[in-house]
Amino acid sequence: MNSKTKDCLSKTYRDWLWVILVLAAFLGGYSTYFILEHHSSSPEPATQSVQHHEKPKIELQTVPQSVQHHEKPKIELQTASQRRIDVPLLTPWLAPIVWDGTFDEDILNEQFQGRNITIGVTIFAIKKYVIFLKLFLETAEKHFMVGYKVNYYVFTDRPNDVPKIPLQEGRKIITLVVQNYSRWQDISMHRMEMISNYCHQLFFKDVDYLVCLDVDMKFNDHVGVEMLSDLVGTLHPGFYGASRETFTYERRPKSQAYIPRGKGDYYYMGGFFGGKVQQVYKLTKACHEAMLIDKSNRIEAVWHDESHLNKYLFLHKPTKVLPPEYMWDKQLLGWPAFLRKMRMLAVPKNHAKIRNK
Amino acid sequence: MRWRSMLLAAITLTLLSIFLVICSMKLPATEEKKFRPFPQLLYPQPKLLEQQRKDVLTLTPWLAPIVSEGTFNSELLNNAYRPLNLTIGVTAFAVGKYTRFVRRFLESAEEFFMQGFQVNYYIFTDDPEAIPHVPLRPGRNLSVIPIQGFSHWEEISMRRMESINKFIASRGHREVDYLYCLDIDMVFWNPWGAETLGDLVAAIHPGYFTVPRWQFPYERRPLSTAFVADGEGDFYYGGAVFGGRVERVYEFTGGCHMAILADKANGIMAAWQEESHLNRRFISHKPSKVLSPEYLWDDRKPQPPSLKLIRFSTLDKDSMNLKN
Repeated sequence: MNSKTKDCLSKTYRDWLWVILVLAAFLGGYSTYFILEHHSSSPEPATQSVQHHEKPKIELQTVPQSVQHHEKPKIELQTASQRRIDVPLLTPWLAPIVWDGTFDEDILNEQFQGRNITIGVTIFAIKKYVIFLKLFLETAEKHFMVGYKVNYYVFTDRPNDVPKIPLQEGRKIITLVVQNYSRWQDISMHRMEMISNYCHQLFFKDVDYLVCLDVDMKFNDHVGVEMLSDLVGTLHPGFYGASRETFTYERRPKSQAYIPRGKGDYYYMGGFFGGKVQQVYKLTKACHEAMLIDKSNRIEAVWHDESHLNKYLFLHKPTKVLPPEYMWDKQLLGWPAFLRKMRMLAVPKNHAKIRNK
Repeated sequence: MRWRSMLLAAITLTLLSIFLVICSMKLPATEEKKFRPFPQLLYPQPKLLEQQRKDVLTLTPWLAPIVSEGTFNSELLNNAYRPLNLTIGVTAFAVGKYTRFVRRFLESAEEFFMQGFQVNYYIFTDDPEAIPHVPLRPGRNLSVIPIQGFSHWEEISMRRMESINKFIASRGHREVDYLYCLDIDMVFWNPWGAETLGDLVAAIHPGYFTVPRWQFPYERRPLSTAFVADGEGDFYYGGAVFGGRVERVYEFTGGCHMAILADKANGIMAAWQEESHLNRRFISHKPSKVLSPEYLWDDRKPQPPSLKLIRFSTLDKDSMNLKN
């Protein structure tokens, strides 16, 4: 070869060399990262998958005698003042979203009164959280399932700190002494285990419906039988109207609570779920088992029991969904137009002072 | 020469990296198998800032959904219900001349009714020979139930509640999970799927959904057990479509049958036969799901804009010619 061709060839080789080196570096880096990610996870235990397929049952509605009421629902368009057109009333699987203005309390009460139901409420007042009990119970007596039999199940490690509150007829407080955990995340997550355990011991025989609530809340407005159904989830007020890509689902495939991007219906609140005892039992048992699997894989879901709840409700669609009226934070979120009522409100608290004490 | 050897080295390095990447890509696939299988269904996020149908009522005051096109995702619902291995039953009465409707009913049902589910058709007839053989898809069966014919069509109509109730007690409760009781002189035109499944399901009568309730053709004579007073009532439901979980349908038909017997003892027949009794009962035992007139249409009526889809409708026929 003459020197000019040699130079040309050298130049070509050099250019191609740079291209290939850059590509090699990129691929090398990518594959290294990739391999490290996967080899770092320990093998899955051969535990049975926790997935259930259950019928999303619609609740039974029977009324012994005829019902008379004022307004006849017309199928064609009504004026905005009479019904809600600003919000969706149904999920895509036809579960009602229980907005104010969409239901008639009298008709619903007529349907439920004849059935002699008892509603159980589970609240966890571990360590310093006992201070929330008084306000919770007092406001519940004013607003929650008024006229129905209610059992408040207070899970606590400080039974002497459970306040004595005057209760309406047919309502009682049952104190259940449980162990505490040093981390607040563990306290939160073990609620699932405790609720599922007590289902067999107590709930199956004593109550028809279970409502599992956070204790650092207060009732501010009516919460009644309109919320009762086979399986009920509540929309987290902080994510209402947000795109599902921003939902703080667990995004790591290693966790049992994993929900990939592009999937998911709503972001449900960990502090307000419920339904028929059988359904709540299945939910809490599944979440507890999922958390155990995660623990053995040394992973903790980003929002703990709430992440697992969201996974469960994605796979087992709730039969009723409660809008953010049922769980609001006025300090953080104000009072937007779509919110006609604030039925339950977060009680302001100092996180640093309360947690882990 | 130096550059060339360096180039060769770089190519080798690249190929090695590609090889490693491919190897590591295999790992997620095997790891995924250890996780529970994730549902593959993709659908857009449900909207929370707007309503799907603003022109029609989609929820009753007792929070029963009113099912119409646009309010549900049928793929999602079918995906939720199909794995449950449910059997859906259909009862239809083909008495006397009404046997001529069986073929079209069944053929259209095969195309549109509960696709992908196990379906049992129960055709009640006084003339089993007249029931045509219609090819059915796998997982779908036809049973012919012989019943007594009556000279008056009103009598035939009124006996349906009793027949369905007895059938559930003897066979139905073992064979189906959900049961729909449909009129035979109808045709399916569009999909009828899992969106209709519910504990107790009623359908709005196509003739009365825009009409105030004092104009509903309820039974207005206090002597009848089907009596509905002024100021009572929610919707006027059609007798041609009702259903639900088999236990609920058993209770419902039993209640209607008792009411019909009481009327008979008093020598009175309700204005619209068992449809009157059905409407009376649905006031005190409200349906958990209501089907819009898409699911029970009358082809003689002009289709209003609020009706996006007609799924099940009457066959245009000379009804006087057929009855008796």
